[in-house]
Formats: sequence, structure tokens, C-alpha cells
Amino acid sequence: MSTVLGYILMIAIVLFALTTIAAWLIWLERRMLAVWQNRCGPNRAGPFGLFIVIADTIKLFFKEDWIPPFADKTIFVIAPAIVAATVLMSFVVIPYAPGILIADLNVGLLFFLAMSSIGVYSIVLGGWASNNKYSLLGALRGAAQMISYEVFMGLSLMGIVMMSGSFRLTDIVMAQQDCWFIITQPVAFVVFMIAGIAETHRLPFDIPEAESELVAGFHSEYSGMKFGMFFIGEYLGITLISAMVVTLFFGGWLGPGFLPPLIWFILKTFVFILFFILLRASLPRPRYDQLMEYGWKILLPVALLNLLITGAILLMMNK
Amino acid sequence: MDIIFYITAFVTLVSTLMVITRHNPVHALLYLVISLLSLSVIFFLLGAPFAAMLEIIIYAGAIMVLFIFVIMLLNLGKETAIQEKEWLKPKVWIGPTVLSAILFAELFYLISSPSATYLVQQTVDAKTVAISLFRPYLIGVELAAMLLMAGVVGAAHIGQHKKTTLHRFLKEEEVL
Repeated sequence: MSTVLGYILMIAIVLFALTTIAAWLIWLERRMLAVWQNRCGPNRAGPFGLFIVIADTIKLFFKEDWIPPFADKTIFVIAPAIVAATVLMSFVVIPYAPGILIADLNVGLLFFLAMSSIGVYSIVLGGWASNNKYSLLGALRGAAQMISYEVFMGLSLMGIVMMSGSFRLTDIVMAQQDCWFIITQPVAFVVFMIAGIAETHRLPFDIPEAESELVAGFHSEYSGMKFGMFFIGEYLGITLISAMVVTLFFGGWLGPGFLPPLIWFILKTFVFILFFILLRASLPRPRYDQLMEYGWKILLPVALLNLLITGAILLMMNK
Repeated sequence: MDIIFYITAFVTLVSTLMVITRHNPVHALLYLVISLLSLSVIFFLLGAPFAAMLEIIIYAGAIMVLFIFVIMLLNLGKETAIQEKEWLKPKVWIGPTVLSAILFAELFYLISSPSATYLVQQTVDAKTVAISLFRPYLIGVELAAMLLMAGVVGAAHIGQHKKTTLHRFLKEEEVL
């Protein structure tokens, strides 16, 4: 019975920590963007403007939650929940520190890929159920972009699976004790990072919701807390991809002994979250066909070559 | 574990039934996604986590998204739902229902008979799948690879077309 209680406690802690982080990321992003663009950013409410998040949340809760009469009501309501649910589910397999994880699945990496592929439905269904031209266009772009980039994401990680010999994420972290995979698999890291940005549809790959051409893309018709779910889902997605990058390429919780493993994990993840925000501040948005061509004509061959070379080297070293 | 299996099996059956009886194609496809997800849970319970994950990644995550993609593009409205309603008449569904009822009875008999073995015999992980694919079934894998290659070449040929540069000042016959 105590193990069940332990699980529930663990899940509650992780859930609470993640939603809090996702909420404060809104402040962090606005503040960092302001710093990089030589502005002040939100600085009035509370110390450093930290309480803007509370004000924003209260505003989201009390906004009119309008469901358009022409929408498909059930699906319209379900769609925003899917994105938050699938991203949160992916955090189940991430090892935060030795002993601090929820489920040590022996197919953990595949579980992460599966959940990210289910996440596509929130965009597709949200856009379709809104029954609006801009939303539908956004949904179509989102579906095509996410399905394509999933392929390279999965392929780029197979080199790591070969080197560590397991889909279990704790095994992958332990395999990096001598040498982080960023050194042995730099190409895979680049491909995974680009695919990760496309999966979270963040700038520069936020083409499904490009506001200058599609109003707000797939969530044009959403308001109130349903919009808030998409919003939180995006920030959770950034946290997830950063945590996965750290786990897969930067040795997870491993680090010099003067800090506890959990702190190392959080620090590394934080660096990648900042990198995501810096990308948004500095890169322009590509055209849609450029994005797709870049994926299929450059990233796919690169990921396949990386896989081939990794396999060949591993075979040679075993002989 | 048994009770989880029965709950999942029930969900699978109900959602598959809903796939056939829904009039709106997108709703039907969503039930199909749920049916695939619950099938993957059954795979997991039967000791095949690798197959379970592939079921989600390939079927629920990629193929069904493409189905929904196409149906979204077709923009099927209320008329199709009405048409579907007319098509679903008793004489259409009674035949298959009787046949599958016979199968169900057989399955029920097999499971309830005392000689039925326990469901989980051994866990089939990714390594076992890979070893059986690249040792005894290597020919099958290579044949499938050739088939897929032919498919890729065919798709590339069909998808290939000359790039036309459309411009509002050019008349249509000037456009290549």
C-alpha cells in the first residue's frame, strides 16, 4: 500500500512542479525577450514583475469562455485537453535523478515518441472543430509539419539506442557516465533539437499559428481557459523537449559531485529552456514549403546517414 | 491484471462498434483511434511492450492522422452524415454481425475451457523482436524492404511535376 501512496505522492509533486514551471515560464519568456531586445518587460507586479503570472492566470479564468455555435462542440472542448495530457504523460518516463522518477519503462524512449505523436491530434482536431478557414489551414500545416518531423526525431534517437543498447531512459543516462552522447552523437543532437522545436511548434517553426497570415492558426476560435490549455501545453512542451535533450545528450542527472543530481538535471534543463527562448528572439519564420523541404531533403538524409555510420562504427568496434 | 484486461477489451469492443455506427466520419475516426490505443494497452498486458508502443506510434500517431487529414480536406458536411444514415440499414449489418457473433462464441468457449493457458507467457521486448526479424524471418524483411522501396519510387514519380511559376501579370498560356 505504501508503494501506491508513494507513487501518488510522486505524481502529485511532479505535476505540481511542472504546472508551476510552465506558468512562470510565461514571465521568464517575456522578461528574457525584453532583455534581449533592450526593453524592460513586465516589471510592475511584485518583485521583478513576477506576479504578472498570477494576474494573467486570473484573467484567463475570468474571460468569457466562448464556444462558437458553428463548432463541433465535443471535439472543440476535448482538443485543448489532449495537448496538455500527452505532454504531461511524457514526463512519466523522464528520470529526474536516481530514484526520482515515476515509471522506469523498458520502452521509455518509444513511450515519449508515442505520446508526442498522439499530441498532433490536439492541433488537428482543434482546427477542424473550430469550423473556420484559418483554423483549418493552421491544423493542416500543423499535422503535416508534426508528422514529418516526428520521423526524423525518431530516427535521430536510434543511434543513441544502438550505443546504449536499451530504450530505457535510466540505462541511456547511465551509458553516458564516461562520455556524454553530445560528443559521440553531435549530428543526432542537432536533428533532434530542430525536430523538437518543430514538434512544440515554437518560433521559428510556429507556422501552424503564424499570426501574420493565419490570425492565430488552429486556436483562432479559442478563448478563456481552453486557450490557456494550448498556451500551457506549449510551455510544457518546451520543458519536455529540454528535459529530453538533457536526458539523451547531456548526461541527465550526471555531473560533478558538489551539487546533488536533481539540481544538475534542473540546471541543464533550464539552460535549454533559455535556448528555446533565445531562438524565438533571434530567428525569423521560414516559409511553409521551405520548412517541409528542409525536413525531407536535408534532415531525413542526415539522420539516415548518422544511423548508418553509427551502426558501422559500432560493428567495427565490436570485432 | 485480469480485470484490467477485461476493462480494456470492453473499451476496445465498444469503441470499434462506435466506429461503424457513427455518421460523422471524423467522430468515427476518433473512435478508431481510441480502439487502437486500447489495443496497444492489451499488447502491453500480454507482455509485448514494443509492439504496444509501435501500435501507437505507427497506427494511432501517423496513419490515423493522415486519414483525418484527408477527411478534413474533403470538407464533408451534414449531407454526408445523412447519406451515411441511409446506408446503415439492418440488411447491411446483420450478416457480418451474425458471423462475428459466431467468432465471439468460439472465443468465449476457448477462454472459458479449462485447457486455456494463462495469457502472459513471456515478455517480448525489442531485442527479441529484432532477433526474430533479422534471423529466421530475414527474407521476409528484405522482401518488405523491396516492396517499400518500389512504393517510395512510385510515390516520387507520381508526386513529381514541373514547377510552374504563377504570376498575376502572366497570362495562363505563357505559364509553362
